[in-house]
Amino acid sequence: MPGDTVAIEQQAGMRQLSYAEAIREALAQAMEADPRVFLFGEDVGVYGGAFGVSGDLLHRYGPERVIDTPISELGLAGAAVGAALTGMRPVLEIQFSDFVTLAMEQIVNQAAKIRFMFGGKASVPMVVRLPGGSGTGAAAQHSQSLEAWFAHVPGLKVLQPSTPHDAKGLLLAAIDDPNPVLFFEHKLLYKTKGPVPAEAYREPIGKAVVRRRGRDITIVGASIMTLRAAAAAEKLAAEDIDAEVIDLRSLRPIDFDTIAHSVRKTGRLLVVHEGVKTMGIGAEIAAMIAESDAFHALVAPIARLGGADSPIPYNPVLEKACVPQEDDIVSTARRLVREGKR
Amino acid sequence: MQSPATTGSASAAPVREMTPPQRAELGALDDATLRTALRRMHLIRKFEEVAEQSYMRGLVHGTMHLSIGQEASAVGSTLHLRPDDYILSTHRGHGHCIAKGADPARMLAEFFGKETGYCRGRGGSMHIADLATGNLGANGIVAGGLPIAVGVGMSIKAQKQSRVCMVFFGDGAANEGAFHESLNMASIWKLPVVFLCENNKYGMSMDIANAMAVPNVADRAGAYAMRGVTVDGNDLPAVAAAAKAAIEHARQGGGPTLLECKTYRLRGHSKSDRNLYRTKEEIEAWRQRDPIRRLEDELNAQHRIEAGELAAIELAAQHEIEKALEFAKSSPDPDPAQLTRDVYAG
Repeated sequence: MPGDTVAIEQQAGMRQLSYAEAIREALAQAMEADPRVFLFGEDVGVYGGAFGVSGDLLHRYGPERVIDTPISELGLAGAAVGAALTGMRPVLEIQFSDFVTLAMEQIVNQAAKIRFMFGGKASVPMVVRLPGGSGTGAAAQHSQSLEAWFAHVPGLKVLQPSTPHDAKGLLLAAIDDPNPVLFFEHKLLYKTKGPVPAEAYREPIGKAVVRRRGRDITIVGASIMTLRAAAAAEKLAAEDIDAEVIDLRSLRPIDFDTIAHSVRKTGRLLVVHEGVKTMGIGAEIAAMIAESDAFHALVAPIARLGGADSPIPYNPVLEKACVPQEDDIVSTARRLVREGKR
Repeated sequence: MQSPATTGSASAAPVREMTPPQRAELGALDDATLRTALRRMHLIRKFEEVAEQSYMRGLVHGTMHLSIGQEASAVGSTLHLRPDDYILSTHRGHGHCIAKGADPARMLAEFFGKETGYCRGRGGSMHIADLATGNLGANGIVAGGLPIAVGVGMSIKAQKQSRVCMVFFGDGAANEGAFHESLNMASIWKLPVVFLCENNKYGMSMDIANAMAVPNVADRAGAYAMRGVTVDGNDLPAVAAAAKAAIEHARQGGGPTLLECKTYRLRGHSKSDRNLYRTKEEIEAWRQRDPIRRLEDELNAQHRIEAGELAAIELAAQHEIEKALEFAKSSPDPDPAQLTRDVYAG
């Protein structure tokens, strides 16, 4: 059966780490195990990263492996490409994911295409870490969710972990991967805690997980939206609506089988993401269902919740209104279940 | 930039033809190295002439960017690179590729989009890479290779190798942000990179004099505290000497150099070029400075390599390219069923 069930709830007795600590542990274990791995980016060294993710790594691994750089996103992305092409395993931190706009050329034209353009002779094993998302009052140029842009580019892989466990396991998998991987971290998740095994482990890239089993509606989310969907599912349960929650984890490749399998069972689909709804990931998922035999199982229209057609505003009330919240998920799911009859 | 000085006076009739004194840049190259350089320059010229003819006859599609007239820059700059040194090339990159040791037959097969080409027909003229000779690829994006060179330099340093990375780019690329970011990072980290600017005077149609406030691209080196050198890019011994110094400086840990070769493309930017931005007289003046003929004339005058042997080198290159053309024409096309095979590794 596609989609393992992995609940978000914390298991008693297991070591708890924050999402940021889990990423740091993955970086440390990767550098420990493989001399080719290095971390570089703006303020990742002495400062410990703008969000404290790299922390003390400079002191543990030295300035040749944890490299403070000039503010040169395009140059840095290209440097990652060059290092990856010639035997290294670079991990680049883009301080805010919004700044990746300055580095698009190297990621989209170079990293994504080199292997293909060269007839399969080269590989570009690089990871770009991208703190993204809204909710911190950082306004329009420091709060975007641009992951869909990259999911549109063949040659890239795009990850969006929602838990500390997956942040560590997926980052280690991304560093191992022979392809360029865009690793989107959510700024609001950095302090969330969860169980994280101490050993180095890998989560498979391209596999979604089911966070909650349910029979009435499938709610697909990624990153922080998975957490909001899971919280919404508990509220819906109080209304006798049994929601299944799928955490995408990977946008490219996308685990369509797990979604389709769930929709065949529930007959209803709600996709929730923070990136702008128009032309977003939800549209792709809805279309994939519409093109598949799972379409025949639908008893209600597919619904999408996504970012508004607006830049992220500064005012906190407006900022919340700009992206899906827990209550939006509850009300939309309720409508689909009440209006769509089996 | 000077031509060899002549000696002797008009009044003293020579009893035999005097050999003018040899300038240091030429004297630094032994006969075998000069033969190699000439062979490579002829291979590049013949390759591009055949590529151009093949396009005119409708045998290949797409576009091409010819470097005819710039061969001394490509060959001179790479003459002292080791086989395991890296290069990164440009959209006008056939010359760099051949100069670093690629097989023209596989290059031409790539031009024809064939499965036997360097990129199995997936890349074409603008994306040829030959990892076996250290060629990390041409690039269709102006200044695209510069940041990559920084990473290659970091990689060489991290792995404690003695390699050097030479990255080619044009005068147009010097106005991209990537140029400035890359020179800065290469300099602060003292990376073993040679930034090789082929200043052919025009970024497509834009005269560099109107696109840049300083007269030489190399003038910008000072802003990054690196060596900046401008040479006559149509003078092979001069290019080779300047490149050798830059390569050695990089290899010994001295950091990067910005080396500018002033040269000229005798053909248009690409197939769409109607030469509206330059005069016939200007093109003709540069044709007189053809780098191949210039070196041959000098070698002949110096009695370093005689006319008969010079002709034989050219003829051998002609034959090699003719064979390459046959290989390219007779090679199979890629199988559409394998379209997405190499989008991802692993």
